[in-house]
Amino acid sequence: MTRKIIGQGLFYILIAVALGYLSASPTWTHLPEDQAVIKISFSHGAERKIPCHKRTREELMALAPNMRNPVSCTRERLPVYVEINIDGDTIIAEGLPPMGLAKDGQSKIYRRIAVAPGAHRLEIGIRDTDRASGFDYELRKTVDLVSRQNLIVDFEGDKGIFLQNERMAP
Amino acid sequence: MKRYLKRGFLKAGSWADEVFGPTLNPLSQLGALGFFFYWIVAASGIYLYIVFDTSVVGVYESIEYLTHDQWYLGGIMRSFHRYASDAMVLFMSLHILHEYSFDRYKGARAFSWFTGVPVLWLLYAAGISGYWLVWDELAQYIAIGTAEWLDWLPFFGEPVARNFLTPDAMDDRFFSLLIFMHIFLPLFLLFVLWLHITRISKPKINPPRILAFGMMAMMFVLSLVYPAISHDAADLAMVPGELRIDWFYLIIYPMLDKVPAGFMWALAIGGSIGLVGMALDPRFRRPGVAEVNLESCNGCERCMNDCPYAAISMERRTDGQPFAREPVVNASNCVGCGICVGACPTSMPFRTAAPLIPGIDLADRKLADLRGEIDALAAGEPPQVIAFNCQYNKSFASGVPDGVSLVSLPCIGMLPPPFIDYVLSRGKAKGVFLAGCGTSDCENRLGAQWSADRLARKRDPYLRARVPEERLEAFWPGSADPGGVRSALEGFTSRISAMPDLQQHKRDLKMGVRLPQDEAAEEVTP
Repeated sequence: MTRKIIGQGLFYILIAVALGYLSASPTWTHLPEDQAVIKISFSHGAERKIPCHKRTREELMALAPNMRNPVSCTRERLPVYVEINIDGDTIIAEGLPPMGLAKDGQSKIYRRIAVAPGAHRLEIGIRDTDRASGFDYELRKTVDLVSRQNLIVDFEGDKGIFLQNERMAP
Repeated sequence: MKRYLKRGFLKAGSWADEVFGPTLNPLSQLGALGFFFYWIVAASGIYLYIVFDTSVVGVYESIEYLTHDQWYLGGIMRSFHRYASDAMVLFMSLHILHEYSFDRYKGARAFSWFTGVPVLWLLYAAGISGYWLVWDELAQYIAIGTAEWLDWLPFFGEPVARNFLTPDAMDDRFFSLLIFMHIFLPLFLLFVLWLHITRISKPKINPPRILAFGMMAMMFVLSLVYPAISHDAADLAMVPGELRIDWFYLIIYPMLDKVPAGFMWALAIGGSIGLVGMALDPRFRRPGVAEVNLESCNGCERCMNDCPYAAISMERRTDGQPFAREPVVNASNCVGCGICVGACPTSMPFRTAAPLIPGIDLADRKLADLRGEIDALAAGEPPQVIAFNCQYNKSFASGVPDGVSLVSLPCIGMLPPPFIDYVLSRGKAKGVFLAGCGTSDCENRLGAQWSADRLARKRDPYLRARVPEERLEAFWPGSADPGGVRSALEGFTSRISAMPDLQQHKRDLKMGVRLPQDEAAEEVTP
């Protein structure tokens, strides 16, 4: 009888220890204290690959009345080119393809870059037109990151490139 | 690996059998314990829902209030909710490994195996959504991890993870949506769990009360000693650092930190397909199923009541006999265990007027052949003991003790009690030994249990009262104790050998030497 009671007690203790321990241990370090994160994320539609064409009166008259859209556009968009330099090192330099089967959607990026806390020089450029060089939007700024700060590099067509979570954490 | 796993379960089962007894053995209640913890989670969840604040500013505070200010009720409820959820994963995992190691996922059992796969997904989805609701650093970590994982799929235009860029990105509707998910997913899980057990009869969905009480007491003590607590409140301006991960549910997130999201999708989807594929093993040979012989059947329903797999239904009589219904075997559910044959009152070996054709019989193991085998064993010098052995009990693979003849059955529940009477009263052997595969962990779920109840005259068809108890022994290993059943048989054979011969025994017991009128009286007409 004693053996049974001890055995059952051991069983329950084993289950309790397994539940209690594995529900919170061992700990996992997602981001070490000596790191911060710069996260670049935006979605933006670049210009159309072939610019829209304003139809002439003759062209409009040649169309059926319900089809007389004054502007003719192809669907495909250009890729959005993005370049990020941190402290002089090029971290990202790539064209982001537009989404969709017809390539008429927005280009998107979501990328995490782990850096050491402290001051960093950011140079960010985005090109959403067919220009051969240079950028349509640029941001050059020095940021001072604290440990585990989550700095967001965002972009909207009318706002340009902007930073979020730049405020220092208390 | 399967062999070692099975051996491990058998050893653990042996220990648990000894400590808890066969009826309370937790290893034979794994599925039932999963259900039990589901209800604990549901009950504790109802209380947590009542006091849960779904606003962005209130969500964390409401959980903190429960945990610390109302530790004596809300805190314990929260801990119960956490630990019962974890226990579901623990016992579900053991249940899967157990069924896998015992090869219980093919043929008629494949349906339960298939429906177990969505149970896995739903359980994890429900559990993970619960961790979001706390909205602490851990919730932030898994919310972003989940979003980034989902963003790997080509379905989303805007990255889902953009919803978690800044503290301002959150709004109250987010938690309203989450709480809806966290309620809907477990409800859907319950529906799938119901599907999971539809193809078995008398499923064990409630553990014995003593075991349930023990588990509740264990959870209560654990909740007091080591209560579930939150991390610091989520702050999307910062990245979570060191986290106390619940490894039962959140193991995929550390993996996502280390391997590409696409790999994790391949692992999750590939693993699910692999699980389904396991049950479709083309090498698996389905055993011959039960066949109904209407000319011998009176529609008594015992076969339907005893079938562990809900493979028999009673339908309107089709042969014109004056009985209301007849059994119909659903071949896709039948595993060919023969428990229905053991339950049939027409499985009567004393019948001599016609070939032995019971109301229900197995295609691969005819009852007439079983009687013929017994008769053949007894031809000439009868054995001391005829041992009926479940084919899954491998204890006698290397042979049987001297004086013993072995008869193997698909399940010990296939043996109709009148066959025991037949062996003894007809002098086929001096004793009868039954070796099942264990009442606590029967290969065919209920075979050993029904058989034990029939021998104890608790379940129809009953063992006849005239069968001398000292000449009958049943052994239910239920454990990895191969020596146990063997030594039991050796001891029984030794005792039987010391008993008087059968004719003397029959005279002693006034069973009488059979006369023609005895035979006529024993003959049973369906």
